[in-house]
Amino acid sequence: MAGRDINTEEQQWLESTYGKVVNKVGERKEQFSTDSGIGVKPLYTPLDFAEKDYLTDLNYPGQYPFTRGVYPTMYRGRFWTMRQYAGFGTAAESNKRFRYLLEKGQTGLSVAFDLPTQIGYDSDDVMARGEVGKVGVAIDTLADMETLFDQIPLDQVSTSMTINAPAAVLLAMYIVVAEKQGVDQAKLAGTIQNDILKEYIARGTYIFPPVPSLRLITDIFAYCSQNTPRFNTISISGYHIREAGANAVQELAFTLANGIEYVRAALDIGMDVDDFAPRLSFFFNAQMNLLEEVAKFRAARRLWAQIMEERFGAKKAKSKTLRFHTQTAGSALTAQQPQNNVIRVTLQALAAVLGGTQSLHTNSFDEALGLPTEESVKIALRTQQVIAHESGVAETADPLGGSYYIESLTEEICRAVEKYLDKIDQLGGMAQAIQAGYVQREIQDSAYKTQLEIERKEKIVVGVNQFIDEKQTENELLQVDPQLEKDQKRGLAAIKSRRNNQAVQDCLRAIKKTAQEDGNLMPLIIEAVGYYTTLGEICGVLREVFGEYQAINV
Amino acid sequence: MAEQKIKVLIAKPGLDGHDRGARVIARGLREAGMEVVYTGLRQTPEQIVRAAIQEDVDVIGLSILSGAHSYLFPEIMERLKKEGADDITVIAGGIIPEQDVGALKELGVKMIFNPGTSIQEVVDFIKKEIQG
Amino acid sequence: MEEILKGIKAGEERAVARAITLIENNPSERERLLQGLYPLARLPYLIGITGPPGSGKSTLSEKLIRAWRARGIRIGVIAVDPSSQSSGGALLGDRIRMGDVAVDQGVFIRSMATRGALGGLNPVVFDTVLLLSAAGYDYILIETVGVGQNEIDIVNLANTTLIVTIPAAGDEIQSLKAGLMEIGDIFVINKADLAGADRMVLTLEQMTALEGATEESWLPPVLKTIATSGEGLPGLIEGIDRHYQYINKYGLLEEKRKVIIKKQLISLLEKRLKERVLEPLIGSAEFKRAISRMLNFEEDPYTLVEKLLQEKGV
Repeated sequence: MAGRDINTEEQQWLESTYGKVVNKVGERKEQFSTDSGIGVKPLYTPLDFAEKDYLTDLNYPGQYPFTRGVYPTMYRGRFWTMRQYAGFGTAAESNKRFRYLLEKGQTGLSVAFDLPTQIGYDSDDVMARGEVGKVGVAIDTLADMETLFDQIPLDQVSTSMTINAPAAVLLAMYIVVAEKQGVDQAKLAGTIQNDILKEYIARGTYIFPPVPSLRLITDIFAYCSQNTPRFNTISISGYHIREAGANAVQELAFTLANGIEYVRAALDIGMDVDDFAPRLSFFFNAQMNLLEEVAKFRAARRLWAQIMEERFGAKKAKSKTLRFHTQTAGSALTAQQPQNNVIRVTLQALAAVLGGTQSLHTNSFDEALGLPTEESVKIALRTQQVIAHESGVAETADPLGGSYYIESLTEEICRAVEKYLDKIDQLGGMAQAIQAGYVQREIQDSAYKTQLEIERKEKIVVGVNQFIDEKQTENELLQVDPQLEKDQKRGLAAIKSRRNNQAVQDCLRAIKKTAQEDGNLMPLIIEAVGYYTTLGEICGVLREVFGEYQAINV
Repeated sequence: MAEQKIKVLIAKPGLDGHDRGARVIARGLREAGMEVVYTGLRQTPEQIVRAAIQEDVDVIGLSILSGAHSYLFPEIMERLKKEGADDITVIAGGIIPEQDVGALKELGVKMIFNPGTSIQEVVDFIKKEIQG
Repeated sequence: MEEILKGIKAGEERAVARAITLIENNPSERERLLQGLYPLARLPYLIGITGPPGSGKSTLSEKLIRAWRARGIRIGVIAVDPSSQSSGGALLGDRIRMGDVAVDQGVFIRSMATRGALGGLNPVVFDTVLLLSAAGYDYILIETVGVGQNEIDIVNLANTTLIVTIPAAGDEIQSLKAGLMEIGDIFVINKADLAGADRMVLTLEQMTALEGATEESWLPPVLKTIATSGEGLPGLIEGIDRHYQYINKYGLLEEKRKVIIKKQLISLLEKRLKERVLEPLIGSAEFKRAISRMLNFEEDPYTLVEKLLQEKGV
């Protein structure tokens, strides 16, 4: 092959071989691009990889910048944690669902709370009317938490809790339940979401304004770094940002920017970066564009490692590794021909695994219609098991690494994200960018663009805007019994009459005082929940002191 | 000046924070020439009805994904009736299971749009309802 | 119509709301409405609040309303947002910030789109103010996004005008200078916890001081607030009270009302003259003849216009 030069050859291929065919018969579209609008070329070759240095940009799994994975063995050591988000109705019902899932081979728990719990209202609050137990389990006091984890040994499972504004209260309850089981809090493993910034921009279950919210978060960081070293104190979440309409680049950029803000907040209270950074975890969305998603996960690891090393001077390798949970995209599920969603979820789950996720939730195919049934939840879990045990993709680390396309896309995503990070720096950081409405506007613009692309059929969604079936499928759905709200309220009233109300009042006064002044709120909240002080009571005194966040008009 | 504009209130009753659909629809209706009042999250039935009356809207669009529709929609419809404002067309979208649709329509909710509904369908429906 | 008027007198929200729609949509009904309404109307205290998107003026409004409500004052709010030039539609989002103020029985909030209408929105807002006053609202707060001339005109209806801005770069101060400096009675630097707030205060103070002051002239104060936490709010409320007293003391409330009413009459006259004189004239055979005479250089435009007007008896 002497004398052949790839630059010349590629130019020739493009012009003669490929160009000739395109000129003659054309292609399906004028332009090809990813969901983020990154242009896709007809072919990727070593030329797209030429400027990369393997050791600097990729390196080996477990080595900086961790592009190829955070652990040396990846799934050869053990599979990702199969963690299905569940919870509805009463604590007793959710407990049953948890034990069912553990029995079916799930390896971690993930608790969904109902909306009143997420917004700091007890089940008997007027704001909770009609919402109790609807999208998750209702937790008012420690008693509900005791029921929720009944007969589940907390030293043997890891538990992820999707809780943000009142995260301190739920974590406190979890710690006390463990204590009552005889489990030392140092042994507790799991994650609280605790990511308030994305609530302001995407998910909407905020309570307090940004400044006191960040204080609650750093209180948790400080408490946990001393007492629960195995617990992830935050799950910095791009998932909901993506669901709100962001594209892959925006999801990654805004999530990392939130992460930067949290690190800054912790440094501001005088913590050492290597004390809390190893317990930061992330949570991403897996959408439909398989290869862009894989590249996104790889880019995420590389960028975070660089941010932690270059911006914050982290020393420990663990401070620089981006470990993440993935959930398949709820917004990609269609109400039309819902069985097709099984296939969508499979592809999304595959993207997460090829991208090196640490844990994974696969959605149930019927979630665009209502709450999933036990049967559909099982199929979702089976999807993960098939990928793990049958597909062969878990047998080597980062199996797509070195693909010309994947490497090029990883690089392009990195560059596009860096542009956003620069812009956010100019605006004074993420908290300011959110207050200015910049982030929300970016996301809303993308959401609207996507909708128009679907309506103009520039983007095909099978069964929705093409390949439509006239016939509607009948689906069985889970119903939450309306009686539940009454039962939950009755239980709450009973506890309020039984508990030591003097101790409760004392605890609430102490929380209020510390909230007004300085000092870590965690120990006080732990004490309070031990006396069956309700979530609503604790959030109530904090509301008095901190005020409530008012959404901004974007 | 003498211009008849269709005015729509897009409201999110209940506690869920998923406003992607509400915002996309609000923007789509604006692009279709309508005047759209968006209320933001966590609106109580009282707030929604009061806003609809003060703004004198032709249409109320309710978006909900939390599952609390069976509780909140009846209250909204009752309040509208009590205030003599039940001539306002009420439509809804979000995640509302098929089995609940019948009961909600009986209450007077004119239309319930499924996930996957296009903006154009909503625009067409509103124009037909209001302008005949 | 009778029923709507009765409802307005009784302070019924539905009637008030319907009447505003008539003002917006229907010129002939509007006229009849105003004729019926005028005996009831008065000119209430008008506060204008304007500032760029993201300056937090809705949050400030909400806080002000709360404070005024604590004094038992009934408040009407007219929140103006721009219409889309391409579609003619509009997104009206000011209610998002209003929270539970929106269910207070003593507060009436109405969102309004600019509609890019001929003759401006000004008359519509003015008539809505009259209407709300007739319905018993003491203070009327008019909120606009301070960009176009149209909106500056609206805010200019106010007795007290607040210009809200946030600590920002120099070019934004320049844009303030261009349109809003002259009409501001009180300048508010909101989000004063952001960097650059003090520098902004200084700059604005210098700019307002330059206007040249005598003992009796109003020196617009430059106030810092953080609307979200309520910091600086008491100072702002006090500033508004002081301005209210000032304009009362010097008879400026009356004077402003005269100016507004004069403008109102002029604009109505213009409209009628256009409808009754100009438009028929343009459609007449004489006008067409005049065009051709001018085209052929048979007569100059000045002479032609005089002749046309004389023929019409003007």
